[in-house]
Amino acid sequence: MQTDLTKQEKTPLSSPDLCAWAIVSIAAVIWFALYNVIQPFADWLAYGLLALPQGSHLGESLAFFFYDVPKIILLLGGMIFLITLLRSFFSVEQTRAWLGGKREGVGNVLAAALGVITPFCSCSAVPLFIGFVELGIPLGVTFSFLTAAPVVNEVALVMLFGLFGWKIAGLYLVSGLIIAVTAGVVIGRLKLEKYVEDFVWQIKVGKGANLPEQPTWTQRFQVAWQSTKEIVGKVWLYVIVGIAIGAGIHGYVPESALAGILGKGAWWSVPAAVILGVPLYSNAAGVIPVVHALMEKGAALGTVLAFMMSVVALSLPEMVILRRVLKPQLIAIFIGTVATAIIITGYLFNLVI
Amino acid sequence: MTTIKVLGMGCPTCKRLLDDVNQIVAKNNWQANVEYVTDIAEIMSYGVMSTPALVVDEKVLMVGHPGAAKVEQALFKTAFSA
Repeated sequence: MQTDLTKQEKTPLSSPDLCAWAIVSIAAVIWFALYNVIQPFADWLAYGLLALPQGSHLGESLAFFFYDVPKIILLLGGMIFLITLLRSFFSVEQTRAWLGGKREGVGNVLAAALGVITPFCSCSAVPLFIGFVELGIPLGVTFSFLTAAPVVNEVALVMLFGLFGWKIAGLYLVSGLIIAVTAGVVIGRLKLEKYVEDFVWQIKVGKGANLPEQPTWTQRFQVAWQSTKEIVGKVWLYVIVGIAIGAGIHGYVPESALAGILGKGAWWSVPAAVILGVPLYSNAAGVIPVVHALMEKGAALGTVLAFMMSVVALSLPEMVILRRVLKPQLIAIFIGTVATAIIITGYLFNLVI
Repeated sequence: MTTIKVLGMGCPTCKRLLDDVNQIVAKNNWQANVEYVTDIAEIMSYGVMSTPALVVDEKVLMVGHPGAAKVEQALFKTAFSA
């Protein structure tokens, strides 16, 4: 018995883990098979079963809808699973330890990158903020983390990839990181420690829990599956409604009808998009398909990206949570800095592309 | 008497963990005091960086909510197996 146990510990994968890997592999094969039949299925549904004439407004709209809905839902399921699986290798405690003792600059870049990949719910923003500050992590570095986590939103990233392709998704990721680094550096330079609520500096963080144990592969898969169900369950309805509206625009709005309002020529469209985006927070999943359709009709990419980022980055609920540890002045500066950074990014894209 | 504390600041998961713990304790008829801690200074004194967290007799048992079955198992193993 004793020898059996030690043997088992030495093998890299235990048998339940092998079993879990097998299940995940089979699921991956089914996923790819499904993904490849969506287009013929959508065409058959719209033009075959419903016998709509090719090129008609309704036919175009419906074929678009039947194709995009299963495609985006499948993509969301598969990619959110991979992202949360990757996240299971990170923890807030570990991130805090990595950032401890880092100077500004390097610290901001590292914090932004870790903000994207560390599993973190905005409802934990307060303990996280206090934990970071208490360890002596500079305020600016802490803000880089707190900005990157929502700016680079995993659902938005996957939907951009599905609807616009990997280049736009990549642009979104990189500009999100740059915005987080910039906002953190600016807040760090301004020396705003006095606008952190005074009690924060008095709190003593206990030694507390040890770093969580390394989970097995089976546990990682379970956690990833749980989060995938939770995230997709929360957004699927918005996705469908958003795609339905987008499909309507796709089929009925004439080409380049929007170039005048949302095109490169209209200088005010970027700030307007940012201001419009802030209250739309919870509907990021529904907004992207609409925005995709608008772009086909002449809206400019920078304007669209700026809109998207303000939708996910500047969320009112998170500001309310952060108000418990930050004075209103600091919240205002934070919102102002991030909004300005997003607007500049929007102009930059309109200029370059 | 075992003291169980659920640390959280009112997020949905925190409330779910509190409800689950209350149910588990009642179901098993365990002799335990369940408290809900929302004071940020007290939460931080346990050194947790994310909520919810479960504290049993002043020791952090787990962070997050891995599901009622796992919580029950962990509680049983730490405090009620004897």
